[in-house]
Amino acid sequence: MKIRVLLVDDEEEFVRTLSDRLTLRDYDITASLSGDDAIEKIKQYNYDVVILDVAMPGIGGIDALREIKKIKPLTEVIMLTGHGTVETAIEGMKLGAFDFLMKPCNMEDLDTKIKKAQARKAEHEERIRAAKVSDIISSPRSVLEDD
Amino acid sequence: MRDNLDIIAETGFQFFGKMTASITHEIKNVLAIINENAGLLEDITLMADRGKPVEPQRLKTLAQAVIKQISRADTIVKNLNRFAHSADESLKSVDLNDILELVVVLSNRLAAMRGIELEPKLQETPVKIKTSPFLLMNLIWLFLDFAMDATGDRRIVELTIQQAGSGAQMRFRGLQGLAQAPLDTFPAERERNLLNMLGAELVVDIKKDEFAVKLAADIDKDEQT
Repeated sequence: MKIRVLLVDDEEEFVRTLSDRLTLRDYDITASLSGDDAIEKIKQYNYDVVILDVAMPGIGGIDALREIKKIKPLTEVIMLTGHGTVETAIEGMKLGAFDFLMKPCNMEDLDTKIKKAQARKAEHEERIRAAKVSDIISSPRSVLEDD
Repeated sequence: MRDNLDIIAETGFQFFGKMTASITHEIKNVLAIINENAGLLEDITLMADRGKPVEPQRLKTLAQAVIKQISRADTIVKNLNRFAHSADESLKSVDLNDILELVVVLSNRLAAMRGIELEPKLQETPVKIKTSPFLLMNLIWLFLDFAMDATGDRRIVELTIQQAGSGAQMRFRGLQGLAQAPLDTFPAERERNLLNMLGAELVVDIKKDEFAVKLAADIDKDEQT
């Protein structure tokens, strides 16, 4: 299955071109031009990784990150930043972002980071699944009562 | 107590830093787009090496995208250059149309980040005064910064200029949230110092949702103390 990536940046041309390049690398890309739109998309669909610009008009990258982590805590976020906003990206890491990347991006770095982020998400999901299975095995009655 | 000139110098450095940070961020965005277009060209070339035919139209589109971004970067750098040269002369005859237009161009990105639109209404004829271009731009930015927090739900700052007597007037209009703005601390010390330095006067009209700056025709002759 392809890795589902939501790419969020207010620079339309940047989003379009990077989407094309990531699609060529076999990612399933959805583009978004604002934090608000990204949050709406995240409510409706499941993405493995979000690539999120730090500095956007309207809801900024940090606020969008907070919302994303509230709505879908397991979705991994990679922050994109210009040189002036590295501190914001580091703040994002403290808020649970997987990593950050400087603009202009190096495609190999981005590719590696997306794959690592997706692997971490899959690992978390697997742990949760295993914990649920373990619960069912150790106490099947309580699981049935929960339902 | 700090000297007025110290405050003006510090305010000026902050203004210069704020503007250059915003402009260089915009240049970074342009470089990022050019980088992705170049990368896509490289990807297409690699695919061609593996036997996938290259679509000439796609190459043309990518080349056009790069040309468009270079033109955008050129405009940004020209504006940055104009801004840098505004500090060349401490006293100069200027057209307020040019000054306002440049401040708006430099501030557009910062305004957009706050969800605000700037609407300058320039005059067809020059509105000339003799002033310190850099200090005037600094003052306009500080007032713009305040005005952006006073737009209310409308999220638009209208800016007009006109000749007024021997001097000129710049108005910040459509500020539906002006009555709720912190007018008790406006203008602050830094704005007051710049107003004095420029021989300018601030007039706030809450009923009209606007404030205006009256500018002296020549700060050498009309400087206020």
